[in-house]
Amino acid sequence: MAKFTFVGGIHPYDGKDLSKDKPIRDILPEGEVVYPLSQHIGAPAKAIVKKGDRVLAGQKIAEGGGFVSAPIYASVSGTVKAVEPRRVVTGDMVMSIIIDNDKKYEAVAFSPKAPLEDMCREDIIDCIREAGIVGMGGAGFPTHVKLCPKEPDQIDYVIANCAECEPYLTSDYRRMLEEPEKLVGGLKILLLLFQNAHGILAVEDNKPDCIELLRKLTKEEPRISVKALKTKYPQGAERQLIYASTGRRINSSMLPADVGCVVNNVDTVVAVYRAVAQGRPLIERIVTVTGDAVAKPQNFRVPIGTSYRELIEAAGGFKVPPEKVVCGGPMMGFAMFDLNVPTTKTSTALLAFTKDEVSAMEPGPCINCGRCVEVCPGRVIPSRLADCAEHFDEEAFLENNGMECCECGCCSFVCPAKRPLTQEIKSMRKIQLAKRKK
Amino acid sequence: MSERMKVSSNPHIRSKVTTNGIMLAVVIALMPATGFGIYNFGVRALAVILVTVASTVLTEFLFGLYKKKATVSDLSAVVTGLLLALNLPATIPLWMAALGGVFAILTVKMLFGGLGQNFMNPALAARCFLLISFPTAMTAFECDAYTGATPLAALKAGEQVNVMDMVMGHTAGTIGETSVIALVAGACFLLALGVIDLRIPGSYIVTFVLFAGIFGGRGFDPAYLSAQLAGGGLMLGAFFMATDYVTRPITIKGQYVFGIFLGIMTGIFRIFGPGAEGVSYAIVLGNLLVPLIERVTKPVAFGYQRGGKRA
Repeated sequence: MAKFTFVGGIHPYDGKDLSKDKPIRDILPEGEVVYPLSQHIGAPAKAIVKKGDRVLAGQKIAEGGGFVSAPIYASVSGTVKAVEPRRVVTGDMVMSIIIDNDKKYEAVAFSPKAPLEDMCREDIIDCIREAGIVGMGGAGFPTHVKLCPKEPDQIDYVIANCAECEPYLTSDYRRMLEEPEKLVGGLKILLLLFQNAHGILAVEDNKPDCIELLRKLTKEEPRISVKALKTKYPQGAERQLIYASTGRRINSSMLPADVGCVVNNVDTVVAVYRAVAQGRPLIERIVTVTGDAVAKPQNFRVPIGTSYRELIEAAGGFKVPPEKVVCGGPMMGFAMFDLNVPTTKTSTALLAFTKDEVSAMEPGPCINCGRCVEVCPGRVIPSRLADCAEHFDEEAFLENNGMECCECGCCSFVCPAKRPLTQEIKSMRKIQLAKRKK
Repeated sequence: MSERMKVSSNPHIRSKVTTNGIMLAVVIALMPATGFGIYNFGVRALAVILVTVASTVLTEFLFGLYKKKATVSDLSAVVTGLLLALNLPATIPLWMAALGGVFAILTVKMLFGGLGQNFMNPALAARCFLLISFPTAMTAFECDAYTGATPLAALKAGEQVNVMDMVMGHTAGTIGETSVIALVAGACFLLALGVIDLRIPGSYIVTFVLFAGIFGGRGFDPAYLSAQLAGGGLMLGAFFMATDYVTRPITIKGQYVFGIFLGIMTGIFRIFGPGAEGVSYAIVLGNLLVPLIERVTKPVAFGYQRGGKRA
């Protein structure tokens, strides 16, 4: 039976008070808007516009490059300035379409393909693929692929991941408070795809208002229930979430569908609703801009492709010069060295901290305290894996279940010697994953 | 670009717990026992404590100079020195105490790579070293306040002991081991801070009580068992030495195994051995088994069943 939580995990300062009561505010980009062709897992999209073309908001500008891929849509109107490599959040240069924003924000007319009642399973999945929807929790896995398991009838649970367990992030929270009917609507559409499935809205219990609201909205829905999960990081990690809400376990080499589950993030479910019921492609998302260096922390509805610099400016700029700026949550996000990079489908937050806790402390020797073992949700021995990685002992790394690490960062967080455990394990995992592909 | 920002791999936040903080907490937790030891055994005990701590800290400092790597500020040498002093009789010649401190830090810790690398608890290894080298001085518990044997030795000889005195600490013994109350107060402080947990002390003590009850020859006689519990180095060992991070298993199941092993070994040493004591040898022996225990108690990764099958 469901346990509503998992073994391990941490309780960091959550910082959500900074932005949780700030309603979602729309912002429109001022400058050029950049669309990296690779903002999802899988093959990069293929540009179908060229320099000089005029495009409207909501117009498709890149076609999916294969089954595991997703098309990209313009979020503003303007002319294509270039198709060239641009820097993205991770620091890589990625081929991107750059649109010179004409600030008219002319959009194509959106309309649903057909009334929902008339759509069959294939139509719905088609809609979702065409809308360019990818997992918006961070991984960016194309949603239509997730929705096509080998045996759809074997799916017992469709889980909407409303945990938002990363500290500081409030975008999903605001989305649930302000547009809960779209979330429920999206989940109902997903349930149409899986006839035998039960829908679960899995919310951490630090959001009682969301839980109450969603319970009220789903009172009449026999196929949907709201589960209040214990507030603990990483409650929203896919494997932990499935275990907490259904009691089923998967390891790194399994898919949620192997235990009859499909998991989608709040924003993804809302995007499904907008795509299927309203015919809107994925061109915007909610981004939290917060941290102690930001003048006015808040939540924005951002046309995808807007530069992070504009988000910071819209939030009143920096109160004090930040020592560190992070894209995403503080546990799994990327540190940025340049703010002139575009938001993408997987952007969730921009955090600016006046102090960098990582560089403030020098790593010392491991004292074998075992705190990393206690908190590890993957149930491995992080300190030992980090040792194996440091000495490049691949065999021992694999033998100690190194590949089961989900890179959540709990071990580095608790380490009293301030060792960068996650980083060591992560780099070794990358090498091993690359070898597997060969 | 005017801003200069720091870049690092995730996570970008860190807990407030540090190695120094943990060491400081252990030192604070040992203060009641240290204070009681000085009160009980007089200025002589204070001298032994100061000499031992000075010798561990100085050894670590000098070794740091030689290796050009200052490690003395992590406070671990203070913890080792203090623990060693609490394990010595107040009457020990000061030069022996100093020698023990040098042995603990230089031989047991630094030569194996410093903090985190030693395979034996430095303080206990040094105690055992002194016990073997100077058996008379190490077991001379006579001082102004008390003459004669420790309560455990008396118990073994079949004499009556006053359990209340043992709990309070008004008995002969090493500087820090006599007062159960002072030790438990310190242990509660560490438990409350989360520096230690009850896995090892709990399984250790429970196993030992069962063992003493079954094999002690007095059955589950409460007076006998509470004297066994309160006597000797059991409390000091279970809460402060067996829980030493570096030399106990890191796996959670392994910690229970470790505690049970210590309980059995302590029982064997105390009941069937020639001496009345057994905690130090049990823990040092347990330390040697840690790699083995860790190997057989490797945790099962999430989503697997024991044996590598999926759940």
